[in-house]
Amino acid sequence: MLRIPCPHCGPRDEAEFSYRGDATVTRPGPEDGIEAFHGYLYERRNPRGWQVEWWQHGAGCRAFLKVLRHTVTHEIRAVATATEALEVPEA
Amino acid sequence: MSQPHRLAAGGHVDRTRRVSFTFDGRRYEGHPGDTLASALLANGVRLVGRSFKYHRPRGIFSAGVEEPNALVELRDGARREPNTRATVVELFDGLAATSQNRRGSLAFDWMAVNGLLAPWLGAGFYYKTFMWPAAYWERVYEPLIRKAAGLGRASGLPDPDRYEAAHAHCDVLVVGAGAAGLAAARAAGATGARVILAEQDALPGGDLLNEPGLEPWRTEALAALAAMPEVTIMPRTTVFGFYDQGVLGAVERVADHLPEPPPHTPRQRSWTIRAREVVLATGAHERLIAFPGNDRPGVMLAGAARSYARRFGVRAGENVALFATHDGAYDAAFALAEAGARIAAIIDPRPDSPAMQRAREAGFAVRAGSVVSATVGGTALRGIELRAAGGSGRGDAVAADLLMISGGWNPAVHLASMSGAALAWDEGLQAFVPGPPAQRERSAGACRGVHGIGAAAADGAAAGRAAAIAAGFAAAPDIALPDAPAPDHRPHPLWEVRGRGKAFVDIQDDVTADDIRLAHREGFSHIEHAKRYTTHAMGTDQGKTGGIVGAAVLAEARGEPLAKVGLPRFRPYTSPIAWGAMAGEGVGAHFQPTRRTSLHAVHEAAGAVWMDAGIWKRPAYYPKREDADAWASVLREARAVRERVGICDVSTLGKIAVEGPDAAIFLDRVYANTFSTLPVGRARYGLMLREDGIVFDDGTTSRIGPDRFFVTTTTAQAGPVMQHLEFHLASVWPELDVSLASITDQWAGIAIAGPKAREVIAGVVSGLDLSNEAFPFMAVADCMAAGVPARLFRISFSGELAYEIAMPAGYAAHVWQAAMAAGAPHGIEPYGMEALGLLRIEKGHVAGSELNGQTTAQDLGLGRMLKKKGDFIGRVLAQRPGLTDPSRPRLVGLRSLDPRRQIRAGCHLLLPGGDGSSQGWITSATQSVVDPGWIGLGLLRDGEARIGSEMLAANPLMGEEVPVKVISPHMHDPENLRVRA
Amino acid sequence: MPRYSGFRILAEGLRGNSGWQPAWRKPAPKSSYDVVVVGGGGHGLATAFYLAEVHGIRNVAVLEKGPIGHGNTGRNTTIVRSNYLLPENNNFYEHSLKLWEGLEQSLGYNVMMSQRGVINLFHNDAQRNAALRRGNSMRLNGIDAEILDRDGVKAMCPLVDLDNGRYPVMGGLLQRRGGTARHDAVAWGFAHAADARGVDIIEHCEVTGMIVEGGAIQGVRTTRGEIRAPKVGLAVAGHTSTLTDMAGFRVPIETHLLQAFVSEGLKPLIDCVVTFGAGHFYISQSDKGGLVFGGGLDGYPSYGQRGTLPEAEHVYAAGISMIPALGRLRGLRSWAGVMDMTPDGSPYICKTPVRGLYMTAGWCYGGFKATPGSGWCHAWTIAKDEPHRLNAAHTLDRFREGRMLDERGNGPFFWAQ
Repeated sequence: MLRIPCPHCGPRDEAEFSYRGDATVTRPGPEDGIEAFHGYLYERRNPRGWQVEWWQHGAGCRAFLKVLRHTVTHEIRAVATATEALEVPEA
Repeated sequence: MSQPHRLAAGGHVDRTRRVSFTFDGRRYEGHPGDTLASALLANGVRLVGRSFKYHRPRGIFSAGVEEPNALVELRDGARREPNTRATVVELFDGLAATSQNRRGSLAFDWMAVNGLLAPWLGAGFYYKTFMWPAAYWERVYEPLIRKAAGLGRASGLPDPDRYEAAHAHCDVLVVGAGAAGLAAARAAGATGARVILAEQDALPGGDLLNEPGLEPWRTEALAALAAMPEVTIMPRTTVFGFYDQGVLGAVERVADHLPEPPPHTPRQRSWTIRAREVVLATGAHERLIAFPGNDRPGVMLAGAARSYARRFGVRAGENVALFATHDGAYDAAFALAEAGARIAAIIDPRPDSPAMQRAREAGFAVRAGSVVSATVGGTALRGIELRAAGGSGRGDAVAADLLMISGGWNPAVHLASMSGAALAWDEGLQAFVPGPPAQRERSAGACRGVHGIGAAAADGAAAGRAAAIAAGFAAAPDIALPDAPAPDHRPHPLWEVRGRGKAFVDIQDDVTADDIRLAHREGFSHIEHAKRYTTHAMGTDQGKTGGIVGAAVLAEARGEPLAKVGLPRFRPYTSPIAWGAMAGEGVGAHFQPTRRTSLHAVHEAAGAVWMDAGIWKRPAYYPKREDADAWASVLREARAVRERVGICDVSTLGKIAVEGPDAAIFLDRVYANTFSTLPVGRARYGLMLREDGIVFDDGTTSRIGPDRFFVTTTTAQAGPVMQHLEFHLASVWPELDVSLASITDQWAGIAIAGPKAREVIAGVVSGLDLSNEAFPFMAVADCMAAGVPARLFRISFSGELAYEIAMPAGYAAHVWQAAMAAGAPHGIEPYGMEALGLLRIEKGHVAGSELNGQTTAQDLGLGRMLKKKGDFIGRVLAQRPGLTDPSRPRLVGLRSLDPRRQIRAGCHLLLPGGDGSSQGWITSATQSVVDPGWIGLGLLRDGEARIGSEMLAANPLMGEEVPVKVISPHMHDPENLRVRA
Repeated sequence: MPRYSGFRILAEGLRGNSGWQPAWRKPAPKSSYDVVVVGGGGHGLATAFYLAEVHGIRNVAVLEKGPIGHGNTGRNTTIVRSNYLLPENNNFYEHSLKLWEGLEQSLGYNVMMSQRGVINLFHNDAQRNAALRRGNSMRLNGIDAEILDRDGVKAMCPLVDLDNGRYPVMGGLLQRRGGTARHDAVAWGFAHAADARGVDIIEHCEVTGMIVEGGAIQGVRTTRGEIRAPKVGLAVAGHTSTLTDMAGFRVPIETHLLQAFVSEGLKPLIDCVVTFGAGHFYISQSDKGGLVFGGGLDGYPSYGQRGTLPEAEHVYAAGISMIPALGRLRGLRSWAGVMDMTPDGSPYICKTPVRGLYMTAGWCYGGFKATPGSGWCHAWTIAKDEPHRLNAAHTLDRFREGRMLDERGNGPFFWAQ
């Protein structure tokens, strides 16, 4: 079971959160066309390794958080608020 | 009723009290402190079960969780528990156990004929036959196999007991309360850390329970732990899995040692434990040796026989042989000798060792350089055959009624492995031990190959101290450790003695060394293939005693080192766990929460029939005595709305307050239509799309002030819409100054609909001019309703003149009663979900069956709502060709040509005389009150073009085919005159 | 004469079972093949079998990084059915089910396909209407389906608690031809039969790179050297993105966990496959006696093959809510597979942006039942360089075109399928 350190509420069980996809994508502008939105919505990264992803603390502060998590070990290395930058490490 | 094999003194049983129990209907006695297995042995019961495939007689093999053989059906009636290991069942008065997997009696199981067929029932035989004729598999072969397979019988009755789920946090979790675990807990506890010490046994101590000389250290350690306020000892608690990030699952058997749980007590409690640091002190399981007849009742692990003698005061045999490959097993011979047994022989493949010398000095007949090549006897051991190690053929016979065996020890690495740690091969111990940790855990004692009580305790103390320091606590003074020199546990690598007869590597599933070799010969040489092909180590014991032996046989066949062959991956659970415990309390009526609106009691008093709407309970209809059936009630309620006035609870609709300077901009982006132009005091129907252009939800949203909106959602999507808004505000448009609050629970909603609605509202609401001019369709205003603050909306789902009153939830019953009183002169009637559905279908309003996540705005005839300018969610991808394809099914109305013939949602629409291909389907159906007969809404290819034509509503599942006419979905008052009246 | 038969078992039993040969050879890889199939699970092995059997393409290698059948083929709940709503899906799955029905005879290997019936329970009007729409869609496409009332459910599965206190059972949609099969045997049977037709099954051979030149596939790099092939098919459930990353393009896939569970062995207790409509739960009993059951996704991307505790607890709770007699039985083992989740819940059997590179992927958690159909259609697509009509809709481009195959209307979220 994941334990996610919410910056507002402290470490909490995964059951309080819900996953909401890759947080490295940016919604295209209204004039960017179907191909751009297709990339945004469907062609997500699916790394075997580190991923920055959205989680909502739905049963807590309800904030959307960026979580740096490893998709094999499930280790969580960093959590940021929605407006903070959180990068995927190189290796 | 004597216990002929019970010792006069010693051990942890209370001889002052007697406990009565039955096995296969016969009465026996034991003592508190016994397990079912120790009590059976005390009474001389050797034969306790039959094996899985060949139905060979089987006895008690171990003294713990690793037991492959002694599986019984415990208790009876609804509490029957099949496959229960007699070796871990604490004896209680009145215990009833039955042997399982037999036809006929345990002694004369006629399925034992399978043993004669063994040459044809080897590993995987079923994959190679039973293929012809094709139809015979389900009809003939498989039923025979299924009947023969399986172990015990389930009761088939609902479990009468209750289970709890509980949660715990600690700095250091210590798993296992043997010498290592006790020392670890003491060392960690001494630092002030919060420690949980979980032990699967009822008695903490592990191997200390077999060492009377060390009992003072055990009791002193327990007393010290009991004195530490931050230390919790959890006996009868099995840690079954090590999950991510320091979370472990455990089951506490609260009442399994009692005939039934006392009042207000669960049978078991499942624990989710979150630990900063974990010390695994799970010990080791003794390893069997594969030799012909190694499964006969009377063959027992050496450590188990020692434990029966020392802990339980039971002599498991009178004339005893020991077959061991290392010095660590020899204490069993001494223990049995102390217990009064005769040591007939000690058989050891090694030439010499310190333990052998001591055994010789004690007068035991030591057969160095020898192995056991066969066992003799029927359902009980009578003797063994020996021969020189490395030799072949038959050897000397030695009479014995108990053969104690030990091929070494298998560290219980299950939890370390589940935590992600790789396993490492230890050549000296001929065993896999935990490699470097992947999580914050460390192993101590026998589970990492440190044997002997003194060494294990020292290892545990070091691990406990290190864990506490890692958890942030300061080191504390050293604790006293027991002084107990350990014999050498490093075994001579002897896995198998070959000879005539079956040498089992998995005693429960009847897997022999020959089966493993057959698997290899057929190419199933990878350990996972061999396991799956032979079912090796897949029984309830998960190969705790013989798993590695099978791997070793495979390694030899492959000609590769065992370290390379490896073991199958360890997965939860360390031991089987009760389904009820994993499920906890959230079952049956509590499987999901039940949501009730603030008007629930009002509906209950009105006699509502309930229906589930998601997790909500909503009134379906309100039957009256004169109603012939449910339809009569529904039609009566709908008629009241069409002709007079009705009242309905709409509190379950989602309600979201959207406020802030950028609220209007935000709503313009999340709705497909425009809200920034909505005047204050007006409501508008809104349509939300998902980003993929599919309709997400609809609802009425009102502007309460320049920066304040009141959004409503459908009942089903209240949560998802809230999350959708929050997500986009946080991630896509964080610059917008908007706040969101879900107020579904705070506000109740009451709809009052029908030609007389205005009169009823006038009797309830004050402070508003209700005239059509002052308060027209889609008007919104704050008001007082029955003396309480409220908000009035002139909106309509039914297609009639209608209002919704929103008020703080606590006032809802008060307002409802005022409305009922005001409506009484007008014949007001409450209407439920069924009538609501009828009315909206007549009106052509879409609901959940049409907003099903597969439809576009165009599909639903709402395409014109999409604004032409500006960004909104779903705008771009809604333009994809597949979604704008004119051949997509469109919303239509349908009417059964024969008003008596029912059409149903889920019928498909076919062309009369066509090829039978589906042209669409019916999404919703009902009887009509404005034009009696069956009507519906549907999605139909070329729907608009087909209005006026006839189709068939086909329901082959129910053998129905009903001619229907395609009509406009707006069947009732298409000009909207009534809602604007 | 078939290699495996009752007669052969009799004969071998009389001479100590010493004459059995490996079920498939263990060849070293050649430097080139006509077709390389990456992934030695059920889908990859089936692809190779049908390439050889139907299309006569026998110079084929199946490359598997571990032992065959050890991915999702060996860690699922073994359910086989074709009870889908959308014609594009139910026609495909029905083709697959028909292949299942003759699979033992095609392969000469007993995969223990057992048509015990699959029931989907429903608990309210909306679920019943959806079951009717789906069942009628099946019937109109020539697929067997029946609607059961409460008595019908009780007769098929007497242990189901029809009045479970929270979501009483209203009825069920039954597909009698659905059932279960022995999952491991499916991989072994396809391997055995493909091998007999000349296919090289190369285990412990991990693909480390894709050789793409001029937009066309030329072969693969592996831990056992470079292997050239003008056509390469991917059948690597859960790891598709890793391979397509190597080939230089992205696919709409996110990899998620699905847990499954088995109980201790029991005498026959549950005779059919039954799914709970009020919570994500399904159960059947294996021929060995274990109850095999599972639930929904763990809810976040993972390649870890390691499940989470709260989802497991939910699965057990749903089980007892449906069948209260399960309470005193014991869970023996749980495991997790990694699933290619797609944004509409439907798979890809298609060509890719790289010429000569094909894939069968995106099986979400429905891949096992598709095994023969997937292999059959994938083989067709590889052999003909165009899809069969049964998989014409299962393209990567369907999201670009807005032609999603969204059975349940949950899209476009990978984790919500």
